Amino acid sequence: MMENMKSPRIAYGEALAELGEKNEKVVVLDADLAHATQTAMFAERFKDRFFNMGIAEQNLMGVAAGLALSGFIPFASTFAIFGAGRAFEQIRNTICYPNSLNVKIAVTHAGITVGEDGGSHQAVEDISLMRSLPNMTVMVPCDAVETKKAVFAASRIEGPVYIRIARPVAPIITSEEYDFEPGRAKVVKEGSDAAIFATGLMVAKALEAAAELENRGISASVVNIHTIKPLDVETILREAGKTKKVITVEEHSIIGGLGSAVAEVLIENMPVKMKRIGINDTFGQSGTPDELLQHYGLTAENIIESVKEML
Amino acid sequence: MNLEELKDISKTVRQDIIRMIGKAGSGHPGGSLSMVEILVSLYYRVMNIKPEDPWWEDRDRLVLSKGHGCPALYSVLAHKGYFGTDKLVTLRRLGSILQGHPDMKKTPGIDASTGSLGQGLSVAVGMALGAKLKKKSYKVFCVIGDGEMQEGQIWEALMASIHYRLDNLTIILDHNKLQIDGPNDVVMSLGNIKDRMIAFGFNVYDVDGHDFDVLINTLRADNVPGRPKFVIANTVKGKGVSFMENQVGWHGKAPNAEEVKQALIELGGEI
Repeated sequence: MMENMKSPRIAYGEALAELGEKNEKVVVLDADLAHATQTAMFAERFKDRFFNMGIAEQNLMGVAAGLALSGFIPFASTFAIFGAGRAFEQIRNTICYPNSLNVKIAVTHAGITVGEDGGSHQAVEDISLMRSLPNMTVMVPCDAVETKKAVFAASRIEGPVYIRIARPVAPIITSEEYDFEPGRAKVVKEGSDAAIFATGLMVAKALEAAAELENRGISASVVNIHTIKPLDVETILREAGKTKKVITVEEHSIIGGLGSAVAEVLIENMPVKMKRIGINDTFGQSGTPDELLQHYGLTAENIIESVKEML
Repeated sequence: MNLEELKDISKTVRQDIIRMIGKAGSGHPGGSLSMVEILVSLYYRVMNIKPEDPWWEDRDRLVLSKGHGCPALYSVLAHKGYFGTDKLVTLRRLGSILQGHPDMKKTPGIDASTGSLGQGLSVAVGMALGAKLKKKSYKVFCVIGDGEMQEGQIWEALMASIHYRLDNLTIILDHNKLQIDGPNDVVMSLGNIKDRMIAFGFNVYDVDGHDFDVLINTLRADNVPGRPKFVIANTVKGKGVSFMENQVGWHGKAPNAEEVKQALIELGGEI
């Protein structure tokens, strides 16, 4: 099957430029990565509402907070590692703590699919950091179409939102008509033997795995958890309850991310057999995105093996 | 309000600081006492504010980046009518509107939550940028500490304020020359701050931070178009209480009952 492909970060740039047209309160800040994060698309059209802060991410977050306090809706962009990582305490103390300031932290180049730049640039802890902050909404769109929907949805949420956006060209698996609702997970495939909860680029891998499992007579459901916080507990319990076998898949450390979030829900409500697929408490390294996904066990084949082991 | 009245209110604010921190049993008297004249000048003679409407859109803003000095700000805000002076004694108590460091969602009149050093100036830069974008004429003031200037983020924000030509921003350095571990120049030298700020491109003033005439004139002076103002307010840490003045030990220590009494006697307050 030839899929429609597009990079989520390109979709982010396009969404921002479109949003800028519709909402003049939207301002965008970047830290010398406008051509990588694609905020340059907004900058070209709305020069007065774009602020390059230079390579200074801590100040980036603080200035965004000040603009939010002036009634604007700032989108602060950089790579995930520098946003959630380097400026963590600024996000905590200057954005979340004060009054749930209306700052959108939209970061690209998340996870190991950053690729060749290597481990220093591959954020695999950001979901964990961001979801531990009170008042924060955490979204991880699965493809280019969902990325655009997440950006528009974030602009309508009053309060801080972290949007984790991937770098590489990736298959489009959602449709323009799809009704994206923050905090409401989407069952993208029904199944009765096992439930696969996936987020970000791993949703496509999970769908690929489920299709292959179907060929082998195993019925696995796939749930797109695009919002890690607030987590859709209802859908998770419903889908886990149907199969009593759960697999989580994320391009993130298995410590503190989607797997942990789902485990927290299940252990208190409905302990079932569970397996977390993700980066196994290690750092990334250089390589092509596909090589890295293979190396760290984030392929459809890995998901298939995990499901079979569990049955 | 004339000079004598400003001096009187400063005395009252200093008494409040001593009583509040004494009652709380913790807090930062040294850096609160050093910036009393700065805050009294701003709130009584410089800033355009409406205490009855703390979120008035056209108000001038103050970001107290050196948030640990908040007892001084709380006292000034209370006397300006943002909230009752009876609240002052609740400082640092569970459920109080007066947190250990400024919290905008709890305290009327606090324009930005601060306390983690180095972060407030960036927020002030964002506010000044926001005012420019909205074509509003309100001004943004930010008080930073000298020890705080060791934070790298301060320099990021200074750069940005110059780059974006924020002539609606005034940065006031409460330069009391001491920080927790000792004199600035022993802990981590700040070099010649005045020269450095001139080199950055600021419109720099180097003044006596306890002299109302000079402070008010400086803070009210029009900014050079396209340039933010940087005021080095030379102050005395612990100002007004003899045994606290220029003493590192009083950075973050509460006076005991006897010390409160002695301080209030010196400040002409009721015991």
